Amino acid sequence: MQIHISPNDGVPIYQQIVNQVKYLTASGRLTAGEQLPPVRKLAEQILVNPNTVARAYRELESAGVLTTRRGAGVFASEGVSPLSRREQNRILNERLDQLIAEARQMDVDVETLVKLLRQRDTKMGDKNA
Amino acid sequence: MSDTVINVLNLTRKFRRTTALDDVSLDVPAGIVMGLVGGNGAGKTTLIKHLLGLLKAKAGSVRVFGLDPVRDPVGVLGRIGYLSEDRDLPNWMRVDELLNFTQAYFPNWDTSYAAQLQETFDLDPKQRVKSLSRGQTARLGLLTALAHRPPLLILDEPSSGLDAVVRRDILGAIIRTVADEGRTVLFSSHLLDEVERVADRVAMLHNGRLVLSDQLQTVLDSHSRLTLRFAEPCQTKPSLPGALSCEGSGQEWTVICNGQIDELRAAATSQGAEVVEQSRPSLDEVFVARVHHGRLSHGHREEAHS
Repeated sequence: MQIHISPNDGVPIYQQIVNQVKYLTASGRLTAGEQLPPVRKLAEQILVNPNTVARAYRELESAGVLTTRRGAGVFASEGVSPLSRREQNRILNERLDQLIAEARQMDVDVETLVKLLRQRDTKMGDKNA
Repeated sequence: MSDTVINVLNLTRKFRRTTALDDVSLDVPAGIVMGLVGGNGAGKTTLIKHLLGLLKAKAGSVRVFGLDPVRDPVGVLGRIGYLSEDRDLPNWMRVDELLNFTQAYFPNWDTSYAAQLQETFDLDPKQRVKSLSRGQTARLGLLTALAHRPPLLILDEPSSGLDAVVRRDILGAIIRTVADEGRTVLFSSHLLDEVERVADRVAMLHNGRLVLSDQLQTVLDSHSRLTLRFAEPCQTKPSLPGALSCEGSGQEWTVICNGQIDELRAAATSQGAEVVEQSRPSLDEVFVARVHHGRLSHGHREEAHS
């Protein structure tokens, strides 16, 4: 599992881990049932405090992305996000705002942006396939 | 045995007319990574020297593992792994001689761990210390600090002047130390992105004063960065209550504040400014804002919370 931390970009480090694990799951690079490195090992690999990794794992667990099996380790969950629709919208809107701002800056209209979004979605593949 | 590894109380230190430490009180609980930050001459090394018993507390008290490092150097130094900023290793020795020499001081020296580190760090036992590169000297210093598996690891500016590869080794050592059996690390650094990566708590020194000491997460969460857009360009820096710093030009200014957001937003509105962005600052930005603030107004001790 490859996680890249960039300090100083305003996003808390645990949040960067959370975002990237979600991305890996969504893009199929982390499949349901796959085991994640233990807290200590990931901490050493990406050089962050073990408590920060533990916090990210806890958060991913309560978001339903990961499951801890006692004595066995941490695994990517089967099944879907238990987040409320409202919470989902909040997270997505934040990202969309950034995207729209970039697009406007480059003079790309929203129809083109939607088209690009579809293309990327196709390229990422169907994660349930 | 208490859970506080380091206990510094009202420590003041003067060198001639310069105050190096001014009424510093700091507790470091067991099992955490404490990042000690501050600019050059802020007092970081002076504080560390007191912990090692190299300086005697003249006003205030210093306890490490509940002991006075000056009166009980064996009890304290035997449990500390220390890497100094200038890594003062005996130049004339060979690597293997230095390891044998250091081992003699530490009953808990772990020979196989030392051998393993020597291998990982690619240190040639027959090479003279003085012919080692800067990076290899740092690795050798780190090895001697780690090989007796000390309950407390103290690193003074470990990354200063080193390349990214050696810095990774040092950060890795900090993480392994704290992940192992709840050992404790105190490291000073001016590379705040490194501190942000590995520290649990952070203590910020400025002009010998402790301006901030808290959980890193709390420090980051309690500060905000607001970007204000004024209706008219400001010729001079806008004055806003609660702002630790205010940087910018023309119509856009960025403010770092600690809490007090509502107050600041209200003041901004009354001055004809709109908050166009609010986000979380990095530790680096908090540091610069705090130090800047300290420079603008001396004696704002009530701002410091410990």
